[in-house]
Amino acid sequence: MQRAGELVIRRLIGSIPVLLIVLVGTFFLLELASGDAVDAYLVSSGGGDAALVETLRADWGLDQSPITRLGLYLWNIIHLDFGHSVLLNRPILDVVLERLPNTLLLMGSAIALSFGIGSLLGIVAGSRPGSARDRLLSIGSLALYAVPSFWLGLVLVVVFSVQLRWLPLSGIETLASGKAGLHRAWDIFRHLVLPVGALALIYLALYLRLMRAGMVEVWRQDFVLAARAKGLSRRRIVWRHVARNALLPLITMLGLQSATMLGGSVVIESVFSIPGLGRLAQEAVSGRDTPLLMGIIVISAVLVIVTNLIVDVVYALLDPRVGASEASA
Amino acid sequence: MSLIARFSRSPEGLFGAAVLAVLIAVALAAPLLFPRDPLSIVGPALTAPFTDWALPLGTDRLGRNVLAELAHGSRASLLVGFAATLAAILIGASVGTIAGFAGGLVDEVLMRVVDAFQTVPGFLLALAFVSVIGASLPVVVLAIALGAWTGPARLARAEVLSLRERDYVAAARVIGMHPAEIAFREILPNALAPVLALSAVIVAGAILTEAALSFLGLGDPNIVTWGSMIAEGRAVLRSSPFLSIIPGLALVVTVLGVYLFGEGLSEALSRRQVRL
Repeated sequence: MQRAGELVIRRLIGSIPVLLIVLVGTFFLLELASGDAVDAYLVSSGGGDAALVETLRADWGLDQSPITRLGLYLWNIIHLDFGHSVLLNRPILDVVLERLPNTLLLMGSAIALSFGIGSLLGIVAGSRPGSARDRLLSIGSLALYAVPSFWLGLVLVVVFSVQLRWLPLSGIETLASGKAGLHRAWDIFRHLVLPVGALALIYLALYLRLMRAGMVEVWRQDFVLAARAKGLSRRRIVWRHVARNALLPLITMLGLQSATMLGGSVVIESVFSIPGLGRLAQEAVSGRDTPLLMGIIVISAVLVIVTNLIVDVVYALLDPRVGASEASA
Repeated sequence: MSLIARFSRSPEGLFGAAVLAVLIAVALAAPLLFPRDPLSIVGPALTAPFTDWALPLGTDRLGRNVLAELAHGSRASLLVGFAATLAAILIGASVGTIAGFAGGLVDEVLMRVVDAFQTVPGFLLALAFVSVIGASLPVVVLAIALGAWTGPARLARAEVLSLRERDYVAAARVIGMHPAEIAFREILPNALAPVLALSAVIVAGAILTEAALSFLGLGDPNIVTWGSMIAEGRAVLRSSPFLSIIPGLALVVTVLGVYLFGEGLSEALSRRQVRL
């Protein structure tokens, strides 16, 4: 446990420069955007005279040099002040935190589902590398991975919502339904089946292929030969020896994929009108609210760092070699 | 055995190559096959596919020829896919080579930049970049490359680290070659092979990202893309789902072709390694 604690602290310190680079990057994008916060404010408030513009610019520090403004920007963000969304007329952090749970629910379910099904199918494919079953699953997963997520979402909508009318079209829950407790949970579940399905179907290919590739490697190793020589059943060798040893790289991939999944949920959320972080990003783009968009980017970067941290800790707990080799390095 | 001969032993690779060849031919021939602007109106709106021989895939809700749009759309997908990959590999291989060859503080700083780019979801970054600068084809290419160069950078750096202690590099130093010349003329070409093996995955990802961007309305508004066709068809998804389904199928076939071609290529490359 102490090893895990040290790992967390080391990773947190290591993520400070990374986050700093992200912040400098978003600052540059803000600078590149045409018009500043005052212009946006004037558009939304209906304009103002030149004197007001001057005082606002001075008040918000926009008349300073870029370096000073960068300092101000970093200072504000360290104090968790991401600025004000002109589009929604609310503090950016509040809006983002309000939308975050929906995205986490969508992403978390999609990751769990794609990891579970993907690794299971990977074991099926990798238990007999080169067999017809293996080839079918490998090609099939590649075909799934070639499908654009937003298009798969639309096709699922056409089939299950428009034609069969089994599942709701869009949203995260029925609006103003007055549902509570388990009824509400069931309602949210029904709304999430299609978006989670669309994301999970595509990303399960990744885990399938990784699991299969890992198992192909493990089959070649001497201890598998030894297990065979002992006369263990094939089933036992596949599950207890081969699959188990091929599982660890998949856990690393979970962390690496979190950024991709978050990006994928942007499009899926706008297909299904789920009020999450991705939908918010799209609203920010169409409303030309660049500060809001940058706030979303910074917070998703934090989200990705935290996810990777959790994955690293899980990994270290599962594989004692990891922490040991890092401690000695 | 030559690379082509080894490649032709992989049925998947051959299939992928055939798909890509057809697509490239369609993309090149689109202005000849459909000389009219694909965005011009040619018939009654919402003609169903396979009902009118002059309009084999029917028309969209403005009465535009879906087949012509599809053919012209392949140009944007392939162009962005290849250009973004080229840009990503150029940026990535250069940064990776500099980091691996220089070492020390330069390496440390560059790799933290790579970390930062991997921390921000690539699609969000592309979305932000295009929305801040404005949608046009070159901006879309650059936006996609910004999210894709980190993989090549890491690979190139790892390769350079293993190559830079070789004897021929020491020899280049002894004869007084400039370090930059050693890095880019001696080391980089040898470090490029594994980076190129990654390129199929990057092309596929770039095509999908471009489609998603134009689906969200962030593509170049003056050209037809498959993503914008899917978005257009969405308005009449209930009555005419084919308008969204057809361009999506084209995307699936294209990306699958790229993947299969890449599989065949990396299989052919690894067979060579086994023989050595």
